[in-house]
Amino acid sequence: MNIIHVLFRSSIGKKVTMAVSGFILFGFVVGHLSGNLQIFAHPDKINAYAHFLESLGPALWVIRLFLLVTLVVHVWLAAQLTIENKRARQKNYEKQVTLRATMASRYMRVSGVIVFVFIIYHLLHFTVRVTHGAEAYPTTILADGTPVRDVHSMMVLGFQNPVIAIFYLLSVGLLSWHLAHGLVSMFQSLGLRTRTWSRFLERVTIVVCVLYFLGNALIVVAAMSGKVRIQNPSVLGFACRTDCEVCGARTADATAETLDGSKESQS
Amino acid sequence: MKVTLRVWRQKDGNSEGNFEEYQTEGLNPNMSFLEMLDVVNEDLTLKGEDPIAFAHDCREGICGTCSCMIDGKPHGPENGITTCQTYMRSFKDGDLITVEPFRASGFPVQKDLITDRSAFDTIMQSGGFITARAGSCEDANALPIGKEVADLAMDAAACIGCGACVAACKNSSAMLFVSAKAGQLNLLPQGQPEKDKRVLNMVATMDEAGFGNCTNQYECSAACPKLISEEFISKLNRDYVSASVKKLFKAKSL
Amino acid sequence: MILDSKIPSGPLEKKWNNHIMDGKLVNPANKRKYEVIVVGTGLAGASAAATLAELGYSVNAFTFHDSPRRAHSIAAQGGINAAKNYQNDGDSVYRLFYDTVKGGDFRSRESNVYRLAEVSANIIDQCVALGVPFAREYGGLLANRSFGGAQVSRTFYARGQTGQQLLLGAYSGLSRQIGLGTVRMNANHEMLELVTIDGHARGIITRNVTTGAIERHSAHAVVLATGGYGNVFYLSTNAMNCNVTAAWRAHRKGAAFANPCYTQIHPTCIPVSGDYQSKLTLMSESLRNDGRIWAPKKKGDRRPADQIPEDERDYYLERKYPSFGNLAPRDISSRAAKEACDEGRGVGETGLGVYLDFKDAIDRLGENAIRERYGNLFDIYHEITGESAYKQPMRIYPAVHYTMGGLWVDYNLMSSIPGCFVIGEANFSDHGANRLGASALMQGLADGYFVLPYTIPHYLADIPRDPAPPTDHPEFAKAEEEVVNRTKALLDNNGKQTVRSFHKRLGKIIWDKCGMSRSKSGLEEGIRLISELRQEFEEDVRVPGAADTLNQSLELAGRVADFFELGELMCRDALAREESCGGHFREEHQYPDGEAMRNDEDYGHVSAWEWKGKNQEPELHKEKLEYEAVKMVTRSYK
Repeated sequence: MNIIHVLFRSSIGKKVTMAVSGFILFGFVVGHLSGNLQIFAHPDKINAYAHFLESLGPALWVIRLFLLVTLVVHVWLAAQLTIENKRARQKNYEKQVTLRATMASRYMRVSGVIVFVFIIYHLLHFTVRVTHGAEAYPTTILADGTPVRDVHSMMVLGFQNPVIAIFYLLSVGLLSWHLAHGLVSMFQSLGLRTRTWSRFLERVTIVVCVLYFLGNALIVVAAMSGKVRIQNPSVLGFACRTDCEVCGARTADATAETLDGSKESQS
Repeated sequence: MKVTLRVWRQKDGNSEGNFEEYQTEGLNPNMSFLEMLDVVNEDLTLKGEDPIAFAHDCREGICGTCSCMIDGKPHGPENGITTCQTYMRSFKDGDLITVEPFRASGFPVQKDLITDRSAFDTIMQSGGFITARAGSCEDANALPIGKEVADLAMDAAACIGCGACVAACKNSSAMLFVSAKAGQLNLLPQGQPEKDKRVLNMVATMDEAGFGNCTNQYECSAACPKLISEEFISKLNRDYVSASVKKLFKAKSL
Repeated sequence: MILDSKIPSGPLEKKWNNHIMDGKLVNPANKRKYEVIVVGTGLAGASAAATLAELGYSVNAFTFHDSPRRAHSIAAQGGINAAKNYQNDGDSVYRLFYDTVKGGDFRSRESNVYRLAEVSANIIDQCVALGVPFAREYGGLLANRSFGGAQVSRTFYARGQTGQQLLLGAYSGLSRQIGLGTVRMNANHEMLELVTIDGHARGIITRNVTTGAIERHSAHAVVLATGGYGNVFYLSTNAMNCNVTAAWRAHRKGAAFANPCYTQIHPTCIPVSGDYQSKLTLMSESLRNDGRIWAPKKKGDRRPADQIPEDERDYYLERKYPSFGNLAPRDISSRAAKEACDEGRGVGETGLGVYLDFKDAIDRLGENAIRERYGNLFDIYHEITGESAYKQPMRIYPAVHYTMGGLWVDYNLMSSIPGCFVIGEANFSDHGANRLGASALMQGLADGYFVLPYTIPHYLADIPRDPAPPTDHPEFAKAEEEVVNRTKALLDNNGKQTVRSFHKRLGKIIWDKCGMSRSKSGLEEGIRLISELRQEFEEDVRVPGAADTLNQSLELAGRVADFFELGELMCRDALAREESCGGHFREEHQYPDGEAMRNDEDYGHVSAWEWKGKNQEPELHKEKLEYEAVKMVTRSYK
């Protein structure tokens, strides 16, 4: 018996691994959302945050790799469990009623697969930045003069497309739904769900999932409806009407140059 | 009252099965479901047909032998009872009732509605016990056990080993059974010395028997004729994690 | 046939110890050379198989169920007696012994009962060690309740599922041995014949009920733990598959059958509701701790229970037996219920029922306390009748529950066939003419855990240490042929009536003629009717299907065929016993107040019947019951 066997071969081990990987991914999406919510602050806030993350360099890649491995493990095991579970009942019932399984739990595979597709698209959209033309990925300069990627405008631009916005809404909806079962389930799989607090846990989970969905939806809806606007003059094609120090300091050309340079060196 | 039965008929484990329909008449609502099947079988016998084979014994809900999937629910429409405790008053006059065997790879069909549930015994043989040689035990009251713990152990011990949990689970997982059996012994002070070994062995044997994995939907608990709580599954998971960690790090007391 | 009970000498309380000390032992290295077949995996069989294997014997265990855990011991509800005196209420080994002997109406073997009481305390220790979740008090100590026929609280229980928990405990021990490879478990195997070689039991013939395969198994000793024969009545609280076949086959091979007419009719069962009924359900005797039994005073009083005023109710047990009241022993309570109904004071649609009323207890303790104590029993009652016993009294009526009679055994639990041991309900030894509540579990486990393991070496140590006989021995071939022929005869008969219809008719005859109340003329008529019906069965039974496959009708047919022969013997035994004792009530022998009139002078013996061949009258042998420590007195619970 070794750790591989425990975590990837035994039935309970697999569920524990699902739970732990799920928990890590949950932690990530919560962190991700809280980062994204900075969109409601001054654009510099979120742009500086994104820049900070990018500037982590090797550490960023370690984190990315870790998250990627976690995701792959989560998805891989889900697939493996699905195959095993199908094999455990070769012949289905002619008639079977559902007694108490929640809808969320019964459609984990569907929600999981759609969310997985979404993640791939989302990475291509905002991380690899290949789904749109260059105009969708503008740059800007922070107040302290650092040239950075204009994540703020990128997001608003992205969600101004109704198809993408709806896809995002649907996906975070499904992810929330996925979590509605996943969160309680991970406590059960780890043996932490007990009668003393299972009811509480279920309620908290619903609250968390709803909040998570609302948080994400708020960003998308705010961008769609124009509540959050692009403030980058180079993206807007014109400078602010009123002169101010912030806008005055920004010259689109300078930013583009610097960033392009750094992009090349990175690749 | 009368009902139409749609019953799974299968000659033996190697044959393909199919559904057959049977009309019944003149039933009494106070008949048990199995007594209704008795009546059908008497007719079939007199007609020269093979009676429906179904597993049954005590007919009072404790031996765990009866095991029919009735209208898509193990043991029939009511909650917290077995097939033999299902009465015709739970159905409406003229109903069409579908009767199938419990289906799971771990429970191969032997004939008609009878399945082979010996996998449960194999699991028990791998660790579902406390080693206590007859004659070697201390006085029963020398080891006080709090009422709460004893009651909880009894909740788990109520399992009748019928397999409804496996039948109801969409993954055919045997976790509720294993967790009830291991949970009872793991809760009690007498069960502590063998706790880790018990959990690891029983789970390993369960995995080998071809049951599916737990998806935490708790259909098992809802279908359980003794309504055993899924909380025991949580406990089994916890005990398994703890036993595995100890084993992985070869933790030994001095 | 000579019946040597082999009761050890010495004072009662020393007998068992002396016997252990005087007994021969098998050295540990030799134990594994002895093959022991254990048939049946209920409390007695599972505990015996596990304990013998633990000791080192090579055990081959058999059950016709799909798992050892399904045996009908699992259905026992109320509890298990043990002389622990944890309640400080004056219990002792002697008192348990005395209560049991008295409860059995002085028709049991004194020395066996004393031994039973002696080892009873060990059973509780053993079961607790195995993880049996007995009910406990808040302080963590074991709880007790009282049962019929006792004035102390000595019954240990696990909710209303004591039998289940004890069986699962024994099963877990057995499972451990199976896992260790010391017990070979043959589930789905029904014993259909005993094989004797030179007069010694040396093996069995089984039929695999799943595949139909007939198999031969040999051993140095055969232990029958195959339960009671209550299903001869068709309607009983026994499980559908309980049968007498294994014991009956041994009987036909030379094992004396003792006291077959001693059957226990349990007073608190749910009444029969219709002709379709396949079995009866017991409501645990423990309910009588808090429930009060009554019938209306007026004949044919059809008013609902709550409309019958207090002064028009007859709490007949409290009236007749004031010191034991509702906890009078089973035979007495059953007969009293029958009397009330025979007088036309029965309740319910059929008039065959009396009330078991919890209203006073609920008023006194609250509904929750009652729910806590008996919740699952009330649920069972509700499921079956659709009525709530919290709201209206339960309707109960006596039903066949247990058979005190069984194969005759000596003090070593060996039958009159050397090498064939009989334990648990299948033997006759400990309960006399009536069994007290919560002592069947005690006896089954005592035999399996603490008696047989000590007594079986007495036999094994004396036989040559050769391997078990080969299964190609002519006796095996002969026995197998008998089985095959019997099976074939049943299948080829191709008559017009089903096995079940015959079983039902047989049960009705035995219930009417050899049930709660028996008479000379009734029994004579019974014998005639059974013999006629048996003939009809042999000519006209229809058994569908084939021999080489799972065939439930065939299984039942073989069992019912043996029930016919047993039923006849029961009537003969009842006829021969010209007295009333315990569960055996002869109308001719009663006191003016209707109490049973025993005749110790002429019937203070065990009736052991020897099989003389088909259609031959069996021969009666008598083992005189010697009471050294207690005096046979008229049993009184007044």
